[in-house]
This record gives sequence, C-alpha cells and structure tokens, in this order.
Amino acid sequence: MSKKIAVQIDDLTVAYNYKPVLWDIDLAIPEGVLMAIVGPNGAGKSTLIKSILDIIKPIAGSVQIYGKPYKKQRSLVAYVPQKGSVDWDFPTTALDVVMMGTYGSLGWIKRPGQKQKKAALEALEKVGMLAFKNRQISQLSGGQQQRIFLARALVQNASIYFMDEPFQGVDATTEKAIINILKELRKSGKTVIVVHHDLQTVPEYFDWVTFLNVKKIATGPVKDIFNDDNLTKTYGINYKVAVSQ
Amino acid sequence: MDLQEYIELVFTDYTLRTITLGTAVLGAICGMLGSFAVLRKQSLLGDAISHAALPGIAIAFLIIETKNSSIFLLGALISGLIGTFWIRGITRKTHLKSDTALGLILSLFFGFGMLLLTYIQKMPNANQAGLESYLFGQAATLLESDVWLMVIVTGISLVILLLFWKELKILLFDADYTKTLGFNTKFLDILITSFIVVAIVLGLQTVGVVLMSAMLLAPAAAARQWTNNLAVMVILAAIFGAFSGIFGTAISASQNNLSTGPVIVLVAGVFVLFSFIFSPGRGLLFREIRFRKNRNDLQLHKTLSFMYNIAKTHEDISHPHAIRILNNFQGFTRKSLQKLENKDYVKIEGSMWSMTKEGYHTAANLYDQLIKEEDE
Repeated sequence: MSKKIAVQIDDLTVAYNYKPVLWDIDLAIPEGVLMAIVGPNGAGKSTLIKSILDIIKPIAGSVQIYGKPYKKQRSLVAYVPQKGSVDWDFPTTALDVVMMGTYGSLGWIKRPGQKQKKAALEALEKVGMLAFKNRQISQLSGGQQQRIFLARALVQNASIYFMDEPFQGVDATTEKAIINILKELRKSGKTVIVVHHDLQTVPEYFDWVTFLNVKKIATGPVKDIFNDDNLTKTYGINYKVAVSQ
Repeated sequence: MDLQEYIELVFTDYTLRTITLGTAVLGAICGMLGSFAVLRKQSLLGDAISHAALPGIAIAFLIIETKNSSIFLLGALISGLIGTFWIRGITRKTHLKSDTALGLILSLFFGFGMLLLTYIQKMPNANQAGLESYLFGQAATLLESDVWLMVIVTGISLVILLLFWKELKILLFDADYTKTLGFNTKFLDILITSFIVVAIVLGLQTVGVVLMSAMLLAPAAAARQWTNNLAVMVILAAIFGAFSGIFGTAISASQNNLSTGPVIVLVAGVFVLFSFIFSPGRGLLFREIRFRKNRNDLQLHKTLSFMYNIAKTHEDISHPHAIRILNNFQGFTRKSLQKLENKDYVKIEGSMWSMTKEGYHTAANLYDQLIKEEDE
C-alpha cells in the first residue's frame, strides 16, 4: 500500500462514566476510500466519529489528519451528524442550513455573502434539493432533511467527510442518490467515512470497512475482510439473523 | 384614573413616563434575549436563575444595610451565576437530568432567599421596608437612572447579537457541528447564558424573581408562532415584549393599585394565547380550519372519482345514473352531491345524476393535481 494515510488514530480510548465505550483503537484510514464503520448498537461507532472530531474528549489517544493534529486541520474535515441530533422545527430555511457549511471558512463575525450563497445553491443542486431552497426545514421529509445535511457538508469542500448514519430513515431513492454522491466524492479523491447499519449493502456501497465493537475488530478492503469470521467476531454468533432482517 | 387620563399623563407625568419607558425597554430586551433561551431549550434555566437571585439581593442588603438597587442587582447577578454554575455542575457530574438540577437549585436558592428575607424583616433597622417587593417586583420604584441602565444594556446586547449573529444561530441549531467548524462553542454558550442572566437581573426590580422567567419566555413563544425566520422572530419577540410592558403598565396604572409585574406578565400571556390560536401558519384555529377543509375536499374528490369510474364505463360520459348506486360509497352524502352540483361537476335530475364534461375532466386529473399542489 503506497496510499497516503488520511486519518491516523492511535490508542484512542473513550469512556462515559466508568465503562469504556471505545478501547484502545488504532486505525489508519487511507486516502480516497469510501469506508463503512459497522458494529452492533452501543459499539461506539458514533462515539468514534465524535471523538475524532473532538466533540467528545477521549481519555487517551491521538488523532492525526494528514499527519497533523485534527485541531490544525479542521478545514479539511466535514461532518454530517445524525439527522435526529438537531431540532428541525428551528426557524430557518433549507438554504440557510446549507449556508452554515460556509461559516467555518468565513471565521468569526464575517457574514456570508454572494460567493457563499452561490456555493450553497450549487450544493443544493447537487443533492437535488434546489427547488426546496426556501422551504422551512420542518416541512421537509426525513430524506430531504438528510440531503440538506449532506449539502451542508459538501459546501465545506473538505478532503475528508465523516457521516453518522446518513441512510437512517430515508427511502430507497434517497439512499441511492446519497450513495451516488458519496461515490462521486471518492472518485474525486476524497475520503468518506460512514457509520453504517445495513450489512447487506456494505459490499455494494463501500470499498473499505472497519468492524467495531468497543475494540477494533478489523479494518481493510471490503473484498478481503468482509467475511463470516469478522462478522461473527463483531456481532456474535447471531449476526446472520441481523443480516437477513 | 381611567385610560384616557392615563394616556394624557404618560406624556406629562414624569414618574409614569419613566415607568412606561422602563417596562417597554425591559420587555423588548427580555423578548429579544428570551428568544435565545427558548431556542437553546433553556427556558427553565431562566426560572432557576431568577429564583437563585433572591439570596443575592438579601445578602447584598445584609452587607450594606441600606437599599441601593445597583448593589442589589450585583448581588442578584452573583448569586444567579452561582446558581447557573451549580446547575451545570450537577448535570455534568452526577446522573441527575437537567430538569432535576434546575428544580433543585431553584427551590434551594429561593428557600434560602426567603429565609434571609424573613430574618431581615425582624432586624431592628428601618431600611428593610420594601425589600420583599423583589418577589413580585415594583415598577413604581423605577428611576430614570434605572431606565438608562436598561437602555445601555439593551444597546450593548444588540451590538453583541449583531456581531455574533451567525455564530449564535448555528450554535442554536447544531452545537456539535458548530464545534467541528472550529468555533468556540463554550464561549458562545456562555454568551447566551450571560444574555439570559443579564435580562433577568434587569427585570428583577420591575417584575420580581417569581414571575421574571415569563417575561423572558412568553414574548419569544408568541413570536415563534408568526414566523419561520430567526431574525424576524427576535424582532417580533422584542416588539411583543415592549407592548406587554406598555399595556401592562397602562392597565395597572389606570386600575388602582394593581401590581405592575403580574399585569405585564398576564398581558404577555395574552399575546401568547392569541398567537397560539390565531397565527396563520402554526395557530390552532387555522390548522383546524385547514384540516377540516382538506378532509372535506378529499371526501368530495373521492366521491367525484367514484362517479368518474362509473361514468367512464359508458360511451356518453353524461349518461344519467341513479343516485341510489352512490349509497354504497362511504363518504357520500346528499350534501356532498349538492356541493358537486354547485361546482358544475354533476347535474342532478330527479333521482338521477350525470357527469358534466368539466366534472369528468377534473376527476380524470384529480390525483395528478393533488400531487402537483403538494410540490408547490
């Protein structure tokens, strides 16, 4: 493997109260992969993303983005939180939410202008939501809200995208639309890391996978490591029941 | 004094003008800053802070042994802040949820404040009279200097608000995401909490510790009903707040000896009630009307499409049919048939109905139309 390492995680340990949620995670994510993080409920998938992004403070460990600490590389990283993490009744429009993706590059106090608006409109177009730009966000369907979140991350024009369950509660059409956008991102050399629940679609959607259950079970190309052995190690003996559901 | 007399007096009487101006400015700043409390889901924090301010006022009096509203406000500010930090500490360090922490701090501080107040009452000192007015506020004690203080604080808050508008907005909507963009969310959070504390402390003298949180929340809750735009919401909340102050003062001054604070809060409550019922987008009334209209329309459309399915089996679409056969269709009533006739979709002759061209055409495109309307 001669690929550059986009995200390097060493000895990452996170605990709420007493119980460790993540235990001693070492993980190197190569540049340009579309990676799924899979694991059962409570495996620490969201926590892993959140501690990489410094939203949760780890007890130990370090995160490097292209060889430098995350805090110095924020502008290279975009985040799509879980859709349920915000209040969609907030008084704002779809366009306004997407504009928020430009706030990071603007920095403190400076207001978004025409340039930012244009970027936001382009992102809305890319996710097929341009017609809804002035819609109040509570009046969007779950799938549309997810697209808005995706557009907000696209506006950031980052190199690495972290997404927390972007397929949760969206219909099949939206899922296809989103995965196409993610594949396009990969094609243009970006690294995309997705917390994913549907094991059946892993081989179709992703080329890289990390099995996680508090500890890292395995990580690597889907074609090499997405097998019964690793699935059993991650989900226990009953994982087949989960897949067939 | 009746209302007309009052209106004349507002412009001539110094005291009344000061009080009216003071309550209006207070209402405006509370509405403005309260919007942030409501959207940050910290509505109850306001209540806890205002109750937590009481012991601060009492202790300030015990130290200086004389009445001085600026020193009292300082005391209120300090104990309000201590209360806030304890609430945060409790939720972070224990398994208790924030509502429990809020309730706990609120009643503990308030209880302690009441204890101090009763102790002060029994002190051999004549200065303590009127200290209990901080419970429910006393607008009559407002001085011109108090009003100036409010105006200055409002101005400063407004500047900070405009300066950090973008940052505050994104924090309110999505705090985690804000952090990943590199903004110091802790600073922004403290900014919002300070807003809440400042608004409360300013209002204690006028509205009192018990009712203060209503001043903060009611205008914002009312404003939210009328708009889906954050800026408009903040402005509307300020306007509602200001008018609550003005109307409240007018009512209490024109009806002898009605306590101003409670009246202002009640007026703000009327704004909320009115908004909940009559606002066009979210109000209960229009929602109910839209709901009924949609149901009726759908019922009518279903009946029409049922008739369409019968009519299209005949070569002549206006071939008459017996009304009787519609009885099998649920949702059909004589009234709906009448409505369809009024719209010229069907013709009725005796016990027979026939479809008009227009009705046929409408029915054929019914589903497409519904879909189109939704997309608009």
